[in-house]
Amino acid sequence: MGQISLKSVDQVVIKFTGDSGDGMQLVGNQLTALAAVSGNDVNSLPDYPSEIRAPAGTVAGISGFQIALGSRDIHTAGDAPDVLVAMNPAAVQHSYKHVVKGGMIITDSDMFTEKAMEKVGFKSNPCTDGTLAGYDVKSIPFTTLTREALKDLDMGPKDKDRCKNFFVLGVLVWLFNKNPQDVLNFINTKFGKKLPKIAEANTIVFKAGLNYGETTVMFQQRYDLKAATIEPGFYRNITGNEAAALGLIAAAKKSNMQLLLGSYPITPATDILHEVSKHKNFGAITMQMEDEIAGICAAIGGAFAGKLAVTTTSGPGLALKGEALGLAVIMEIPLVIVNVQRGGPSTGLPTKTEQSDLLQAMYGRNGDSPMPVIAAGSPDDCFMAAFEACQIAIKYRTPVLLLTDGYIGQGSCPWKVPLESELPSFEANFTKEDADFKSYRRDPETLARNIAIPGTKGLQHRVGSLEKDVLTGAVSHVPMNHQIMTDIRKNKVAGIVRDVPNAVVNGKESGKVLVIGWGGTYGAVKGAVDRLILQGKSVSSINLRWINPFPANLAKIIANFDKVLIPELNTGQLSVLIRSQFLVDTVSLNKVQGDPFREYEVIDKVNEMLGE
Amino acid sequence: MTTTVNEVMDKNYFTSKAEVKWCPGCGDYAIINSVKGAMVNRAKPRDEVAIVSGIGCSSRFPYYMETYGFHTIHGRAAAIASGLKVGKPDLDVWVISGDGDSTAIGGNHWIHAIRRNINLNYVLINNKIYGLTKGQYSPTSEMGQITKTTPYGVIDYPMNPLVTALGIGGTFVARSIDKDVKMGEEICTRGANHPGFSLMEMYSNCVIFNDGAHDKITGKDKADFTIHVQHGKKLIFGVENNLCLVQDGFRIKMAKVSDVAESAIIVHDETNLQLATLLADMAPSKGQPVALGVIYCDPAKKSYDFMVHEQVQQVIASKGEQPLDKLLRAGDTWTISTTLCNASGCKTV
Ligand SMILES: Cc1ncc(C[n+]2csc(CCOP(=O)(O)OP(=O)(O)O)c2C)c(N)n1
Ligand code: SF4
Repeated sequence: MGQISLKSVDQVVIKFTGDSGDGMQLVGNQLTALAAVSGNDVNSLPDYPSEIRAPAGTVAGISGFQIALGSRDIHTAGDAPDVLVAMNPAAVQHSYKHVVKGGMIITDSDMFTEKAMEKVGFKSNPCTDGTLAGYDVKSIPFTTLTREALKDLDMGPKDKDRCKNFFVLGVLVWLFNKNPQDVLNFINTKFGKKLPKIAEANTIVFKAGLNYGETTVMFQQRYDLKAATIEPGFYRNITGNEAAALGLIAAAKKSNMQLLLGSYPITPATDILHEVSKHKNFGAITMQMEDEIAGICAAIGGAFAGKLAVTTTSGPGLALKGEALGLAVIMEIPLVIVNVQRGGPSTGLPTKTEQSDLLQAMYGRNGDSPMPVIAAGSPDDCFMAAFEACQIAIKYRTPVLLLTDGYIGQGSCPWKVPLESELPSFEANFTKEDADFKSYRRDPETLARNIAIPGTKGLQHRVGSLEKDVLTGAVSHVPMNHQIMTDIRKNKVAGIVRDVPNAVVNGKESGKVLVIGWGGTYGAVKGAVDRLILQGKSVSSINLRWINPFPANLAKIIANFDKVLIPELNTGQLSVLIRSQFLVDTVSLNKVQGDPFREYEVIDKVNEMLGE
Repeated sequence: MTTTVNEVMDKNYFTSKAEVKWCPGCGDYAIINSVKGAMVNRAKPRDEVAIVSGIGCSSRFPYYMETYGFHTIHGRAAAIASGLKVGKPDLDVWVISGDGDSTAIGGNHWIHAIRRNINLNYVLINNKIYGLTKGQYSPTSEMGQITKTTPYGVIDYPMNPLVTALGIGGTFVARSIDKDVKMGEEICTRGANHPGFSLMEMYSNCVIFNDGAHDKITGKDKADFTIHVQHGKKLIFGVENNLCLVQDGFRIKMAKVSDVAESAIIVHDETNLQLATLLADMAPSKGQPVALGVIYCDPAKKSYDFMVHEQVQQVIASKGEQPLDKLLRAGDTWTISTTLCNASGCKTV
């Protein structure tokens, strides 16, 4: 038995699976935080069942959490796990096939009773019967060890067993060579004051896990993760939904407006409503309405009142909001709609990610009803994307649709936190005085209309959902007026291009294959293309953050490549838009499995297109 | 358009220049008069008044008023007005909506706006028909009524908006009828002054598609079929003031004044929810008079828009108005100071 060696790696992907009571999300989040603090880049992906309480010990009830950590810039939660922590036979059954060949599987051997194995279709113990041949299996009696460590503590057996996840965390902290002090601090701040008994128990168990790693011969090597090249700055871990919420609050602050969020709970968007609701001390108003229609309508009412108006939802909710979106378009009022996309159609896959609401976002309204669409590319990007959506909505007097998705909304990554002073200020510029006020008089450049909010002295006027006169806003059924107004609404949205940054090419400016990512595919596309470029392949990528309007230089970039590949978590919706607008024969890479792209999937497709 | 300082606040002050396009004889003309009268009584400058409507003949209302006005989409006025009122609590926010707009497509929003007791002045113009789409029945149409979509008669049970409102915690419930402009003005004035959701149901005659629907209660013998309820006054009615309402166990029943002891005649108490519910539910189809006037009023309950801001202020008081940086920098945080890059790679220290 030699010395334990340190294996230096630039990326490790770890997946945690267990029953919802096993505390795997907490362990995952803790490891994410530890890795981030020690200078690794990280990206995580929670994956949980849509049933609130599926039966324990069944595959359907397994909740998972995957993270990638390491030194390369990490853009996704990783392709296949190198290490699987599976807390029972169901968890093993759920995930073992995804682990890379030769990868490690850590399980709680205490859970492998005949009944538990039978329940998930194992005829005998998979750890010993050859099912897991080719994997490095570590069967550790977590339950027994936890109980043993706590035998002197006056505590109920159920409570003792609940500390098991900290044993697991101890083993992992040892395995990945992280600083245990950070966990001890965490235990102390989380439980120390309120639940000193629990704090003590978790501390004992966590240390027992650390020592177990140190003293047993179970692990021949530890991982040494090289630190990442990360821009210096102040960081925090953040999910996309939290980031979006903070972006909205920040936009309210920087525009000197009060935030008014009208919403209705729907997975996976609800966390934005949760988060904003916490921050009433920033003056934020949240109205949980009776349905999605009322959610957007309350926001529209708030917009009339001169508030920074927002509504948040997911696919089916966006469908319900369709008519009110049209009202916001014709009224030309500032409004931000956040759609955290999930699998469809209809109720579809509520907890799974997809990008299939793009055409709904573009066209899901009656009449010619153009609306700017911006798509956030990563959890941290949700902050600036939400902030920008507010800026554009206010500046152009238009509803703006922000698309995120379940993957980036619920996934997390480190976020370089900006200072308030670094964020741009912007102003609503509502009309306060005008001897000759006309509600549809426009700024000649932006085509944004005048808005006087109710209560403004002497500017009372009427607006409505019927087509309106090009200047006064009064109802007009004049045929030519409708033509002109339709054209103006279209041109106004197209004109937002002046505020849309040019797309930046990752790689050479021209070549054989251009991969276009949008929204949540950003990470997989960037990661894959970076790797291909390192191999000397003639491939570049861009990420489309603005989809309506497209960046001004997009046509030129596309023209510089022989082929265009568009990976999407839908059946080819961005392809439809790019093909029709640029008359280019795009190649689609589509996936609708409720799961984001893995880098290798993009790599394989590019190689195929390069004829390799 | 600008308000001049000495302008007289009369009905004209609230009249816009737009040409009114309701059919000649439509009951909505009288109703707009009542509402204007209430606005005069309320004495809010017109630029501090906003009118939100849905879609329907009645919902054209805001165009005819010299106030801020929003003609929105079918059924959603209550929800839009809720956002507006919360956003600007100092405004007088009126909602004008038809029976179809409020109780069919907008039923959900209307119900929840009442439940929240948001301080809106809600005028439900009930002509018991869909006017704008040319004569289909609505949720308030009578059983058996012949309409374009019910050539063999309505077989949906109708709803009574006031009973519904009382059942979900409505705090101000009143009813009037187009022909009685004065009573309309009276209930709208009280409703506008009420610090919560006020529901004013106004029967309106659609001369085109449901002409005469309210004839019984507006005709020559109307006093026999209606009762004007007034707080503190005995519930006596009838062309010759010879009829009254008396207690009948848990119910109320009609009686002749001459047949009962004077003390047996019920005195209207607009704070009595049970009585209000019984009164609101009376109908000629059951051989009872229709109750008109302020049927229920409970000004004690706080309004939603008030509580929204009260709560924001409480949270600010307890947590303080934090700087944005403190919020953004919460949670698990760390600082990366510098990154050193050399031939063998980069290292963060
Ligand atoms: C979403 C939607 N559905 C249907 C319509 C058509 N529509 C307009 S008004 C109306 C009913 C109007 O009836 P009511 O609310 O009683 O108002 P009235 O016209 O009688 O005043 C209908 C069905 C519409 N404009 N929008
Ligand atoms: S159709 Fe009926 S409700 Fe509509 S304006 Fe004419 S009379 Fe009035």
